[in-house]
Amino acid sequence: MVELSHDSRPIIGRGPPLGATFLALATASIALMVADVRYGQLEQVRGWLNSAAYPLQVAIDLPFRAWGWITGSFADRGELQKENLALTARLRTADLQLQKFAVLQDENRRLREMRGSSAGVAKRAIVASILNVDLDPFRHRVLLDRGSVDGVFKGQAVLDAQGIFGQVWRVNARTSEAILISDAEHAIPVQSNRSGVRTIAVGTGDPNRLSLPFVTGESDIRKGDLLLSTGMGGVFPPGYPVARVTKVERSAKATFAIVEAGPTAALDRDREVMLVWFDAPAPVEAPAQETPAPTTSTPEPAATIPAPATATPETAPAPGGG
Amino acid sequence: MRRGMFGRRILYWFGVALGLVLAIVPLPGWLDVMRPDFALLAVIYWILTSPRIAGLGYAWLAGLFLDVLRGMVLGQHALGFLVVAFLTHRLQLRMRMFPIPHQAAAVLLLLGLYHFIIFWTDGLTGHGYTGWNRWLPVLSGALLWPLIVAAGDTLVRRSR
Repeated sequence: MVELSHDSRPIIGRGPPLGATFLALATASIALMVADVRYGQLEQVRGWLNSAAYPLQVAIDLPFRAWGWITGSFADRGELQKENLALTARLRTADLQLQKFAVLQDENRRLREMRGSSAGVAKRAIVASILNVDLDPFRHRVLLDRGSVDGVFKGQAVLDAQGIFGQVWRVNARTSEAILISDAEHAIPVQSNRSGVRTIAVGTGDPNRLSLPFVTGESDIRKGDLLLSTGMGGVFPPGYPVARVTKVERSAKATFAIVEAGPTAALDRDREVMLVWFDAPAPVEAPAQETPAPTTSTPEPAATIPAPATATPETAPAPGGG
Repeated sequence: MRRGMFGRRILYWFGVALGLVLAIVPLPGWLDVMRPDFALLAVIYWILTSPRIAGLGYAWLAGLFLDVLRGMVLGQHALGFLVVAFLTHRLQLRMRMFPIPHQAAAVLLLLGLYHFIIFWTDGLTGHGYTGWNRWLPVLSGALLWPLIVAAGDTLVRRSR
């Protein structure tokens, strides 16, 4: 059979045949994937490539940021006044509460001193903005505008004003990628504020819903319970709000109840988040209430990533000031 | 002749780079899910119109850069781009003869293969998302093909 050549590149200087190039590059991409996934050896290479991508990402972010700035600076007077009034009112109530808290904090500190454990609050925090760049629509990842030059490290906790937002997943020089608690691959150890039951909240891929797959039918979890982080695994600061239980379904036949919770952080609306450094709490003896079921089914970043919490970087003082 | 080649090369690089920018520009959620793969469409278009310029190497590099931009496993989109570029090279003598709707159907198959590769490698690396809507870009890309051809042809004619 006579076959026309499909290769219509010039005969002179055409380089290696297409098939050979294809094979070489295909092998290269497979090798890259294996090295990246199995051995995690490409952090350095990714870092270099990311420095090339950084200007592009900033350029895409810029018009959106400029638009936000313009609408912000031309907001009309009435609106500002209204906002001002609302904020003043909020400040007043907050001040009142603060009075109470001062007393409680003092007492808390004394109690902690007696127990000899350090206070589990953030030592230092910096504010990071979320870049207006779309990553994969099926993964809950965002790009933050702080990177290793600001001292960001892998596994660092990311919070917003209302609750836990996620954790740092990958660090580049000037940017970092965070994984949200609602990502289907994320899990976070939590504890009910009311009953003290410990369990694990797993992301579902829906920004308004977390699932608690390891709650047994008998355990004391009710609709409306606030779930706080336990600080187990050392990634997240303990005692910070994570989610509020929205649905509990028990059936006599099933061992586990169907429990869902809505994150308290505004996962899909935030434009700015906080990266925090805190002292990992001293390990306390675990009360024998409920042991978290073994999560062998999913890789669990919350538990597997060791938090280098001791390696607090000595970079510039925090603008957010912890 | 040589100047024309050079101009086309620049156009090709520019077109694919624009496609890469469009891959991460923020869009509202429903559009984001069905965002067509502009960079890949640009690669296919250029291989069909000027196969002497558009080789496999640049397509591969574009895919690799897309991996970096979107924070994926390195090499995933690179492999997808490479396979599609190679098949387009093999088929280009035939595909150039097709009428546009027929061409769009061929592009549909190529995009389907590309997304299958992404889906497969996603599964192998443990990020499997199995919802039906991950295949939407295949359809939107094929529907967009006539527009891509029209825009590309206009650009090439202008540059002469």
